[in-house]
Amino acid sequence: MLSRTADSMFWLARYMERMDYLARLLEAAQRMSGMGMGEDGDEWGPAIIAAGCEGPFFAHYDKADAANAVRFLAWDTENPCSIRNCLERARANARAMRTALTRDMWNAVNEAWLEARTLTAEDFSPAHLPKTLDWVKGKATLFNGAYASTMLRNDAYWFTRLGAVLERADNTARILDVKYHLLLPGYSGVGGMLDYYQWTSILQAVSAVRAYRWIYKDKVSPLNVADLLIFRTELPRSLKACYGEIVDSFTCLAAAYGGVRGECHDLADAINQKLATQDIAAVFAGGLHEFLTQMIEDTADLGDAVARFYLR
Amino acid sequence: MFDEMHGQDGQIRAAFHTVRDWLAATPRAVLEAKQAEAERLFRRIGITFAVYSEGGDPERLIPFDIIPRVLGSEEWAHLERGLRQRTAALNAFLNDVYGKREILQAGKVPAALVLANPAYCQHMVGFTPPGGVFTHVAGIDVVRIGPEDFYVLEDNCRTPSGVSYMIEDREVMMRLFPDLFSRASVAPISRYPEDLLETLCSVAPERCEGAPTVALLTPGQYNSAYYEHTFLADEMGVELVEGVDLVVENEVVYKRTTQGLKRVDVLYRRVDDDYLDPEAFRPDSMLGVAGLMGAYRAGNVAIANAPGAGVADDKAIYVYVPEMIRFYLGEEPILKNVPTWDCADPDALAYVLDHLEELVVKETRGSGGSGMLVGPHASAQRRADFALKLRANPSAYIAQPTLPLSTCPTFGPEGVAGRHVDLRPFVLCGGDGIRIVPGGLTRVAMTKGSLVVNSSQGGGTKDTWVLMEPDPQSQSQSQSLSQSKSKSRPSGSQRQSQGR
Repeated sequence: MLSRTADSMFWLARYMERMDYLARLLEAAQRMSGMGMGEDGDEWGPAIIAAGCEGPFFAHYDKADAANAVRFLAWDTENPCSIRNCLERARANARAMRTALTRDMWNAVNEAWLEARTLTAEDFSPAHLPKTLDWVKGKATLFNGAYASTMLRNDAYWFTRLGAVLERADNTARILDVKYHLLLPGYSGVGGMLDYYQWTSILQAVSAVRAYRWIYKDKVSPLNVADLLIFRTELPRSLKACYGEIVDSFTCLAAAYGGVRGECHDLADAINQKLATQDIAAVFAGGLHEFLTQMIEDTADLGDAVARFYLR
Repeated sequence: MFDEMHGQDGQIRAAFHTVRDWLAATPRAVLEAKQAEAERLFRRIGITFAVYSEGGDPERLIPFDIIPRVLGSEEWAHLERGLRQRTAALNAFLNDVYGKREILQAGKVPAALVLANPAYCQHMVGFTPPGGVFTHVAGIDVVRIGPEDFYVLEDNCRTPSGVSYMIEDREVMMRLFPDLFSRASVAPISRYPEDLLETLCSVAPERCEGAPTVALLTPGQYNSAYYEHTFLADEMGVELVEGVDLVVENEVVYKRTTQGLKRVDVLYRRVDDDYLDPEAFRPDSMLGVAGLMGAYRAGNVAIANAPGAGVADDKAIYVYVPEMIRFYLGEEPILKNVPTWDCADPDALAYVLDHLEELVVKETRGSGGSGMLVGPHASAQRRADFALKLRANPSAYIAQPTLPLSTCPTFGPEGVAGRHVDLRPFVLCGGDGIRIVPGGLTRVAMTKGSLVVNSSQGGGTKDTWVLMEPDPQSQSQSQSLSQSKSKSRPSGSQRQSQGR
């Protein structure tokens, strides 16, 4: 297939996944902001960091309060990674290669985009935000279902899936790291109620509260939450599960292309190997934040390697 | 004025009987609901027409009218003969003016008009494209003013668009009114993409081994016809490429793929001549492929339509098409030309200036209905302004009588009323012959009395039916089929269901 088409499939899936993540992040942040932590009027700072856009945010706003953060993360056209811009870019990619999309995929993206055009500031007010975020997550789920159930299992599918799982791995690392940034200013004791609810909010954001209870049969603890999100392959958003799918997608691509492998295949194998040989105790011993930062960097490097090998 | 349903004497014409019965039996509220549903369907498919210069909604819908236009099988047979004849002559003309120039030497067409024409492509002189075809896809715009009176309004030999509307209009009609199609035997049109692919493959360069690789070259998603490009590529199962996806190495065209460079044999391009190759044409073009013309002339790729084909559809050349038909085919034209005054001629200019209030004046290089004066509908002030432009640069204009275009019943805010229509059939010319799917795109002026059907000027479209010959044999066959069907019992095995 055309490199440009593969690039569009890859990024279409990434932007849809990122849109979903931003909605989940906003949800978690809204819950956490009700718990009165962080500097006064700056409670949303960690969410901005977890979205990976503190640079552009502070170029436009002084304070990370709820109004500014929601506007910026959800609807600001100035933010290249707002929900709105993710959807805009996803659709631009979809439109640029309509022929590679199934009709269900196109409908999922196009209808989300058409409906999004009717949203107003009112829809992002605190009272309506949860409903609007549910709508966003629903559209992302629809897209995921559409590509998973209607695409032929050929290279176009593997690039789409690769984009989705690579983005998901990145997002999981970022949302887990929110907790690190939360601890910095208004830290009020590990093991307290606040601490408990913060970890729970992270689980809620990735729809994994019940999964947690099912797997650990225990109250929410930092070690277990991190273990779940990093190492448990039962959870489809865990880093290990995502990397399993990443390696699988690379294997299928190499098979489809006569066994030809490149630097990106080796890099994915190396990261996957690292996840296979470590456990959560080792991660905590070396520092969770340091581990996650490295993971975010490795995942970015992998994205670049994919582009160099296939997409240009 | 000729109405295609009511005729001139108010008698419903035979082809329209089914539509008349249907309209009589359908309450207005149902038509309104169906009209709204049609719009939703078009939005959902994403079949929009982008006019970026207008501001506002960059992806607006072309209005669609739910009442089909119907042509009888004999009417169509006549039209089809005329279209084949005309397109054959246009291709012969193009081969000639880039080759031996016999028609110019014979003095049938003024040499200066051809050779100094901006659409005349120097790179094509002395070159015969694969299969000897220049205009592989021709859109011949036809208007009608009476039961037997069809006129060709203009020829489009470059990159005519609109065929996706023809196909999607039919798809939407079949979804909205399945019953209607069971009552009328309408010739199907869905094989167009297949015909187009066969046509393109038939002109693959001789050096191409095995099945040719075809690609559709689009200017990209900001082009007004982008939807059509994606639609056709998808329906043909060929790659939709942009200039950046292609590269020429050693006079061979390749596309950049996830597995490296892959050869391209036939390029169906929807990019204008000027932008095709920055080395041969406009050096600032970002839409084309450097070296494409070199690869073309080396015989390593076919380009459809051929560069320079536009010289045949120039509005000043149009006047000479009947002469081409006589010259190359030795036949009398089946479809008439509209009488045309070439304003470059001082006598013609004087006549045109004297009769502005009854003529349509067009720019010879204009397209899409812009820069056009419809004399009878223009204010005195506008006619006076136009006369100044005309005097300043007469050779840029031609004039034609204002034809009383036929009308077809059309559904609007005031109910069903006649609106003016034209027809763009699409003629495919391959190395192995001409293919035409029955019908074409009917464009309709949505406002009362308006004669401007162009979509960029607010015109709409409607489904165009060509009725099939009533064939008694096939009817009895389908009847016996349905009888045997009704006798058979359902024989599938039962589905499993949950045990508790």
